Amino acid sequence: MPAADLSNQFDQLMKEAKSLAPADTREQIVSAIFQTSAALSQECVTHTAAAKRDRTEQIDRIVTSKQWGFPIMLALLAAVLYMTIAGANVFSDSLARLFGTIETYLTMAFQAMHAPDWLHGLLVLGLYRGTAWVVSVMLPPMAIFFPVFALLENYGYLPRVAFNMDRLFQKAGAHGKQSLTMAMGFGCNAAAIMSTRIIESPRERMLAILTNNFVPCNGRWPTLILLSSLFMAAGYTGGWNTFMTAGVVVAMVLFGIVVTLTVSWVLSKTALRGIPTHYTLELPPYRRPKIMETIIRATLDKSLYVLKRAVTVAAPAGVITWILANLHIGDTTALAAFAHRLDPFAQSLGLDGYILMAFILGLPANEIVVPILLMGYLSAGALIEADGLHSLKQLLLDHGWTWLTALNMMLFSLLHYPCGTTLVNIYKETKSAKWTFVAFALPTAIAIAVTFTTAQLARWLGLV
Amino acid sequence: MTDRTYTVALMGNPNTGKSTLFNVLTGLRQHTGNWPGKTVTHAEGECRHRGALYRIVDLPGTYSLYSNSADEEVARDFLLFQRPDVTVVVVDATALERNLNLALQVLEMTDRVIVAINLMDEAKKKGIHINTKKLAAKLGVPVVPISARNREGIDALLDTVDAMAHGRIHTTPLSIRYSPEIERGIAKLLPLVKELMGDTHPARWIALRLLDGDASLLQALKQPPQRLIKEGNAYACCGSVKSV
Repeated sequence: MPAADLSNQFDQLMKEAKSLAPADTREQIVSAIFQTSAALSQECVTHTAAAKRDRTEQIDRIVTSKQWGFPIMLALLAAVLYMTIAGANVFSDSLARLFGTIETYLTMAFQAMHAPDWLHGLLVLGLYRGTAWVVSVMLPPMAIFFPVFALLENYGYLPRVAFNMDRLFQKAGAHGKQSLTMAMGFGCNAAAIMSTRIIESPRERMLAILTNNFVPCNGRWPTLILLSSLFMAAGYTGGWNTFMTAGVVVAMVLFGIVVTLTVSWVLSKTALRGIPTHYTLELPPYRRPKIMETIIRATLDKSLYVLKRAVTVAAPAGVITWILANLHIGDTTALAAFAHRLDPFAQSLGLDGYILMAFILGLPANEIVVPILLMGYLSAGALIEADGLHSLKQLLLDHGWTWLTALNMMLFSLLHYPCGTTLVNIYKETKSAKWTFVAFALPTAIAIAVTFTTAQLARWLGLV
Repeated sequence: MTDRTYTVALMGNPNTGKSTLFNVLTGLRQHTGNWPGKTVTHAEGECRHRGALYRIVDLPGTYSLYSNSADEEVARDFLLFQRPDVTVVVVDATALERNLNLALQVLEMTDRVIVAINLMDEAKKKGIHINTKKLAAKLGVPVVPISARNREGIDALLDTVDAMAHGRIHTTPLSIRYSPEIERGIAKLLPLVKELMGDTHPARWIALRLLDGDASLLQALKQPPQRLIKEGNAYACCGSVKSV
């Protein structure tokens, strides 16, 4: 049977069905199903114990209440970040020392074999050192942050976050479920884009897709935590230092949420006009997670996965960066020339050419932005050994970093275009090159506008 | 023993522990979370039991099959066009009534259904007792109590899957009686649907959905999806689709 013919017959059938259907068909069907379910459970389910007051309900009364919902949310986020930063400092230094020692032996081995200088440079100074930096600065925060976050998730706290946020999203003209997809974005924006399928209305789904990028994902948490701990609490010591660092990251997250809501609101009043639809959000009961299993799985699945991605992309990037840095054009290197060209524009954003270059080359994955930046700096002459956060900070200071550079890099990281994988997913989900471009251009424009403003403001006020 | 691979679909409301069960069955480490709406495309894995090979498909959690959203369509299309050998509906023992709504809808689409009542441990703690024998008799399909987290009842479930896949279980799924008006409509449409679709599709269910004006189903019937969305490897920061 030809396809067109079959299609016609189906349309005919649908017409027939429409003429037969009573006006309240859906209600009649649903109520028949509900009545059957109710009758079945009436017959088969018995409650023995006098129903105790549900613990879930008691907890929810507090953590989703109007007064306490938000303070508790912020306090939990701050606590998780505090633990991450405090713990990461310890590991980071010892890891870096370990890698430093290995590098000494590697160099000795190369000398013993009379390997040519360029080979040593390429493999040890380019590939090995770049990778070692990445592992020592990125692994410790991830190894603490992800398992703790996963515990909160498996206990059932994330839907409460969504519940608290729900009212705000409705007010912004977006779907309440966007709070769920946003919460998912804290893990991975690419996966969160897929999760927007739970939003039925295409308009509201588009809002969720376009604004998902404004919350930090797995690839960007380490950048934020690292920069914050290096620059944002310089005037404080000990516990206060960690506290301030965590505070700055919390502020970044809050700012990201504010941008999400603002952009949603503006879009829902302009390009994507409409009235939000209603829905019911189900709060699952709190369940005590299998603690060890959750920790192990989060470590293996997330920390190692992100690290693997960072290293597999960073290692070749290290080689390429080293080659670019040693490829001489006139009296400068290709790398320096590229960075130099970007520099004037980057400076107006409070960044520098190398940072902007790292963001551009880091399009495939946010994890590799910091690695590329470090390799760029390391190759630019200042050959220092990777021995922890102090020398990292010294490296950045040598390249003229101030607190403003760190702040603006954090802001740019938070707000700039989504990673390549996310863009591919946006294209797959929207099937529209136009909207994919909007998803790229809109955050980028915001990132540029915000960093430009802070840079000019800070300079005008004479703060740097 | 045959060399055939049997397809087993896992269905259920969001957050009933489908993914946990999936992991237990397949030994894969899909990320699970206490978090409704995690699975938006389906995940697949393999499981061997008593010499037979099963392809286990974890479908997105849904409250209905009324194609309100893309994930409900994924689940519906899988049942309709891939026609799994066995469909396991995972229901939450602590919220049986609400969960049965979906189970009843699945029973309208296929008779090869097993109802797995999960979270039995949690229900016990809350003082909820479920008479599974009676429920099985009423639903007309096997009902197996399990606790996927504690790996309880998994063997019994697999034995039942094995029996159903090999045609050793005869089911008489409960068919919901609708209002006289709707039943009249179904009766009129039924022969037309059968004529058009043959016997391979659940004609009564399709007639019901057409009465409800399900345009998305109509579209799917006209152009059956060639290939359902499969879990790709294009996910940036996570091991699987479901990772957060």
